[in-house]
Amino acid sequence: MARYDRAITVFSPDGHLFQVEYALEAVRKGNAAVGVRGTDTIVLGVEKKSTAKLQDSRSVRKIVSLDQHIALACAGLKADARVLINRARIECQSHRLTVEDPVTVEYITRYIAGLQQKYTQSGGVRPFGLSTLIIGFDPYTGAPSLYQTDPSGTFSAWKANATGRNSNSIREFLEKNYKDTSGQETVKLAIRALLEVVESGGKNIEIAVMTREHGLRQLEEAEIDAIVAEIEAEKAAAEAAKKAPLKET
Amino acid sequence: MECVFGLVGDGFAIVAADTSAVHSILVHKSNEDKIMVLDSHKLVAASGEPGDRVQFTEYIQKNVALYQFRNGIPLTTPAAANFTRGELATALRKNPYFVNILMAGYDKEIGPSLYFIDYIATLHKVDKGAFGYGSYFSLSIMDRHYHSGMSLEEAIGLVDKCIMEIRSRLVVAPPNFVIKIVDKDGAREYAWRESLKDVSVTSA
Repeated sequence: MARYDRAITVFSPDGHLFQVEYALEAVRKGNAAVGVRGTDTIVLGVEKKSTAKLQDSRSVRKIVSLDQHIALACAGLKADARVLINRARIECQSHRLTVEDPVTVEYITRYIAGLQQKYTQSGGVRPFGLSTLIIGFDPYTGAPSLYQTDPSGTFSAWKANATGRNSNSIREFLEKNYKDTSGQETVKLAIRALLEVVESGGKNIEIAVMTREHGLRQLEEAEIDAIVAEIEAEKAAAEAAKKAPLKET
Repeated sequence: MECVFGLVGDGFAIVAADTSAVHSILVHKSNEDKIMVLDSHKLVAASGEPGDRVQFTEYIQKNVALYQFRNGIPLTTPAAANFTRGELATALRKNPYFVNILMAGYDKEIGPSLYFIDYIATLHKVDKGAFGYGSYFSLSIMDRHYHSGMSLEEAIGLVDKCIMEIRSRLVVAPPNFVIKIVDKDGAREYAWRESLKDVSVTSA
């Protein structure tokens, strides 16, 4: 096995590209990221590992804008992310320059996935160690989209998805609880999903909300705390409602 | 025959440009907007070779947008002007752009500013500037009537004086002008000055 993971252009005998699989491992170790698509709102949430006391938390933005109508969150190697994000931003402006139209979400996702794939089929390079969640509104139809890419270069559209640490648990929660939502309900669903694996509190979560009219808006810590409090209250009420009828029997 | 001019007032900067697109003796259109909104608080009034004008200003606009996405904050007007000048200078001795630019912008800390950028990459920060044959007239009028800290009414009055002078004294004077303004509320179109409206011809 060890012989087949040196240069990633080499397949292993059983058809594996080990470097790509190791890159997926790196993603699994990265912080949790979740994306939820509503009818008029799309939400990205990222786990924020406790910031060092002396660190300026504002310089560690994990959810970034690629263009006025496109945003991205990722899990995995953050330095690799910087490179991909930079290339994507250039492509967004280049597309606007050559065809005088903004990119569609699918176009830029295909571009990023294409870049990730290129690095699985070149000599002497390693794949990008990150999976991305890309959200945006189609500039012509206004339809909301959520896409995911991974180190192998595959991409697909999702109603809701998670990547990074404990993404399986988050995805299970979303599969059980997903329904069409809009506005604040979409934000709540994303936060509830993230709270399954992240310690509760505004300082452990970063949330950004995108709407057609206002573009991307990062929520303040206080706002997130308020919504978390709402969710906890709802949970407590649900628990109490479950216990109360039992007591009466 | 392209006329572009601009000036800085009290808390705002104004640029005016003619709106005729001319090829030799033919007027292609008389409502060509030559003042591009570079970003929320910058205007670029350009004159010169039509292909270069559009290509170069759009290129600058997209690079200014890229800077904003990369760095989270927009470029200041002096930074954008210097970037533009740098691009002109780099191309100058290989593949020069024949575009003259007046860049007007508003920055919170600096206030309004106007930059004169020549096609051979001259850069000057100015209170008033002009390009083209019209500049012979508009600069003289502005020299006579301009003072720093003009109000919007005074500035528009001065712009109209310049337009009237150009219309009366320039042999092939452009009929229509567009005026755009940038202040703390952003860059936007202010008015058109049309002496020749496109009128549909009734059938005989």
